[in-house]
Amino acid sequence: MTTIGGELRASYAFVERNINLVKRYWGWELVWIAYSIANTLAVVLIALGVNSAVGARALDPGHVSRLVLFLAVGALVWHYLGVVFSVVSEMISWERWEGTIEYTFMAPVRRSTHMVGTTLFSFVYGLVHTAIILAVVVLVFDLDMRRANFAGATLVLLAGSLSLIGIGIMGAVLPLLYPERGPEMTHVIRASLVLVSGVYITPAEMPEPLRTLSYLSPATYVLEGIRAALIDGAGVAALAPTLAGLLVCGLILIPLGVRVFSWGERHAKRTGRLKRSG
Amino acid sequence: MNETLILRTPAADEMAASTVVASARAPAAMGPPAGAPLALEVDRARKVFAKRPGLAARLRAGRRGAARAEAARAVVAVDDVSFAVAQGEIFGLLGPNGTGKSTLIRLMSTLLIPDGGAIRVFGRDVVRDEMTVKRMINRVSVEASFFKKLTPMENLQYAARLYRIEPGAAHDRIVAILRRLGLDDRAIFAPMEDMSRGMQQKVAIARAFLTSPVILLLDEPTTGLDPHSKRDVQAFVREMRDTHATTVILTTHDMYEADALCDRVAIIDGGRFVALDTPAGLKRTIAGPDRSAPTLEDVFLALTGRALEEGAAPDPS
Ligand SMILES: Nc1ncnc2c1ncn2[C@@H]1O[C@H](COP(=O)(O)OP(=O)(O)OP(=O)(O)O)[C@@H](O)[C@H]1O
Ligand SMILES: [Mg+2]
Repeated sequence: MTTIGGELRASYAFVERNINLVKRYWGWELVWIAYSIANTLAVVLIALGVNSAVGARALDPGHVSRLVLFLAVGALVWHYLGVVFSVVSEMISWERWEGTIEYTFMAPVRRSTHMVGTTLFSFVYGLVHTAIILAVVVLVFDLDMRRANFAGATLVLLAGSLSLIGIGIMGAVLPLLYPERGPEMTHVIRASLVLVSGVYITPAEMPEPLRTLSYLSPATYVLEGIRAALIDGAGVAALAPTLAGLLVCGLILIPLGVRVFSWGERHAKRTGRLKRSG
Repeated sequence: MNETLILRTPAADEMAASTVVASARAPAAMGPPAGAPLALEVDRARKVFAKRPGLAARLRAGRRGAARAEAARAVVAVDDVSFAVAQGEIFGLLGPNGTGKSTLIRLMSTLLIPDGGAIRVFGRDVVRDEMTVKRMINRVSVEASFFKKLTPMENLQYAARLYRIEPGAAHDRIVAILRRLGLDDRAIFAPMEDMSRGMQQKVAIARAFLTSPVILLLDEPTTGLDPHSKRDVQAFVREMRDTHATTVILTTHDMYEADALCDRVAIIDGGRFVALDTPAGLKRTIAGPDRSAPTLEDVFLALTGRALEEGAAPDPS
């Protein structure tokens, strides 16, 4: 009776609910997108200011436009991955905040169905959000995309999302176990990922121990792959090792995340952490 | 009752039909009526909440001291409770605040895992057969918990999808149940944040009715409702039972409600049952004040009134 079709239909409950919430919290969504645009523009503007910052014509216009692209790709890809990570990792804190957690956990849906629904939503939400920011970046800056391999970049992005989903699911355990401070802890994971994943710097140039850590973060390879595709026009053949690595990583991290989560759920139900009052 | 209001879930029917009648397990004097299949069996259930001291306190106390402190601060919320409820019964759980009623309800609804004993819903263990049990139950808690920015319709459609109810059918039933509970159409399609507590509680009740549970767990469902609304809800509960043999577990602080609705009532204190009988049976056990006919409230006060009168509570066994 629990067919795959049935599970998928049930997982749509989470997509629909989240879309409804986004519509209802549209004011907050506008603030959030404005904040994200401002952040992205501020980072990319660094490229334009490089020469005046060092007080010399250190970079010629060709290099400046390459730096613009380097930073823009970093900011946008990280924005997308960060949104996917946040949506997935916040699936518990949001329900805690609204007080609905017991009802969702009592419903006859598998936790994997719950996660598939949340993940599908995170893809859609992340893509829409990133597309809006991309549009603004394209309007403001003169991006040199003549050599870009968009199909290759998209493949890397999708393959890389899987790993972030796995890490996000593990992060979602924190609000389950620590009702008061769990959400803040997931922000720490997110900030650490930005730091070690070469979002605005090539990993080889990072100081130790960040450089070594960067090789452990899947996001590092996503960024490298997408930069290769968009800036240097790397073809799918050249991207194949990155794609394969990211897929394997995702296929390990997602089941691991689900495992960790179900352990957390059992622990919460043993110790009474789902809810204390009422 | 309007047939469209209640959707029969095939899984639930199948489960009820395949259940073995096992009423012999329950104590005879206050057991469920013989003949009907057992909907719920609670067998020596126990739940303890450990209160871990903070890290600094644990370091100061050392390992052994910390373990002792932890044991001392542990709360035994449900202490070796056993009872059985037959299909179609309305079973009341009464008791002072903080005596384990909600904890017991949470154990039945798979939200807590018992530390000892077992709970079975139509023969299915709530821990081992979690998913099957989840399909058969629903619960209303004291607080109506909803996505506050969403409308009652959106909140209940979400619930309907989780319980695999087709959205078109769900829509009609949601409107029917909410109207029946006295919400007008404007309220059904407006965000819930502006609703009064009582109205939100009605939506919470509708959410549970919507999924046609075989066992309905009602944790103070009418707290905060006006007398009319209370009666609406009580009538609805009775109808569910009469037309669909729904089994109801009800906690309430309203003794009149318990008296009017419940076939049997358990009085719980300090996580233990101190009495279990029909309301009439319970009233026979004590004399009313000034020899008048005792009410259920008199019974409650007499059986749980340690603080008032030392040693007044009878032996639970
Ligand atoms: N999740 C939890 N974590 C820790 N302690 C808990 C938890 N839930 C309940 N308790 C404790 O267990 C005991 C029983 O609580 P419970 O909520 O079951 O009482 P209740 O009978 O429903 O009370 P009320 O009539 O006030 O609703 C209380 O001492 C309470 O503090
Ligand atoms: Mg309670």
